[in-house]
Amino acid sequence: MTVIIDYGLGNLASVAKAFKKAGSEIVISSDSNLISKADHLVLPGQGAFSDGINNIRKLKLDKILYQQVLKEKKPILGICLGMQLMANIGYENGECQGLGLIEGKTIKIKASAKIRLPHIGWDNVEIEKKSTIFSEIPNNSDFYFLHSYHLVPSDKSLIVATCDYGQKFVVSAQKGNIFATLFHPEKSHDFGIKLIKNFLEC
Amino acid sequence: MLKTRVIPILLFKGPDIGLVKSVQFDWLRTVGNPINSARVYNSRNVDELIFLDIGARRDNRQINYKVVNDIFKECFMPLTVGGKIETIEDVRKLLLIGADKISINTAAIERPELISEIANSYGSQCVVVSIDAKKSPEGKYLVYCSGGQKKTNLSPDLWAKQAEKLGAGEILITSIDRDGTRQGYDIQLIKNITNAVKIPVIAAGGAGNPDHFVEAVKKCSANALAAASIFHFTQFTPNSIKQKMRQANIPVRL
Repeated sequence: MTVIIDYGLGNLASVAKAFKKAGSEIVISSDSNLISKADHLVLPGQGAFSDGINNIRKLKLDKILYQQVLKEKKPILGICLGMQLMANIGYENGECQGLGLIEGKTIKIKASAKIRLPHIGWDNVEIEKKSTIFSEIPNNSDFYFLHSYHLVPSDKSLIVATCDYGQKFVVSAQKGNIFATLFHPEKSHDFGIKLIKNFLEC
Repeated sequence: MLKTRVIPILLFKGPDIGLVKSVQFDWLRTVGNPINSARVYNSRNVDELIFLDIGARRDNRQINYKVVNDIFKECFMPLTVGGKIETIEDVRKLLLIGADKISINTAAIERPELISEIANSYGSQCVVVSIDAKKSPEGKYLVYCSGGQKKTNLSPDLWAKQAEKLGAGEILITSIDRDGTRQGYDIQLIKNITNAVKIPVIAAGGAGNPDHFVEAVKKCSANALAAASIFHFTQFTPNSIKQKMRQANIPVRL
């Protein structure tokens, strides 16, 4: 069973539908009992860093996550804002502390005349390092992005994939059982579903 | 490299009529069932889909949540939804069903704070401000609302700029004059918008053949091209159009 963590900000229906299609039984919840029973966890997300982290703390989900992810080593996939929130610090609507699951900071992409923000649409993902979640997905496949911020991991060895939009930034990282994608696999047709299937096999 | 998107638009009139296609926002012609269309577009692997319930404002009813929900079930791609969305509660309901982006038009003109309210709650990436514009006999572009029925005194580029400032994440600009004519995008109108804002711009209204898509990217740097008639009334598909765009060195996803 996969629990999609509900902290009031995610595009939960899309994520749920994609995980179902990938063959998983899913529950959308913020309940600690259910979260501790899950085989896989998903931290989805849409919206601002500050709102996201405040909601997570209000619901005391941070403590459950530390217990399940850091102690129990349960596989977790952070998607978009979910990935960004895994950083120690975020800078959207002022500086604030993140979950710290992946050491690093979440900062804004530099805009310019040609680089319009948000970064919306399909962009190719360059695989930098072998990771289970990209298994059987060709290098430079297109995935769907919808964001203006990105996580810069302090430990470069955690970088799994990057994308070039005016500047190169990290779009997927892995630290043991912690997986993250800045793009939306649930919106990325067949390769997205494949990535979710790969995650479910972790 | 970020790809230029080709986005089919579904215009929904109501459960009895289904999908329609207009010419210059008038002369609605029935073109099928929204769920089947969504299914076909999903199987054709399109970049994104825009669903606009134009009947909501015209018939003064709520957006049809059931149809949005049924369409969503067919889509493993991004979905933008619009149609008389006036409150943050409407937005919340649609996002819960599965919409990725919300398109607002008349409600944003009547109450521009709505743009900020959505952006603050759900992020700018979620707010598409849709602008319908028409050229006056004197050659000046003006914004129209209420499905093209009501003339405003807003100029499309200034309104786009204000919407950006209030938190819009994307602008959908539609030429009423070109709508349904298949004579090509209104290049000047789109250029006015892409020059005015730094957020992505989706061009709509007038596409009739693949060259029109190429022209809108080359001449006015549109980030995405939306269209309806071409998919309803010609043999061109999103993929055949993108083939042509690729030949013209425009990055697309195929």
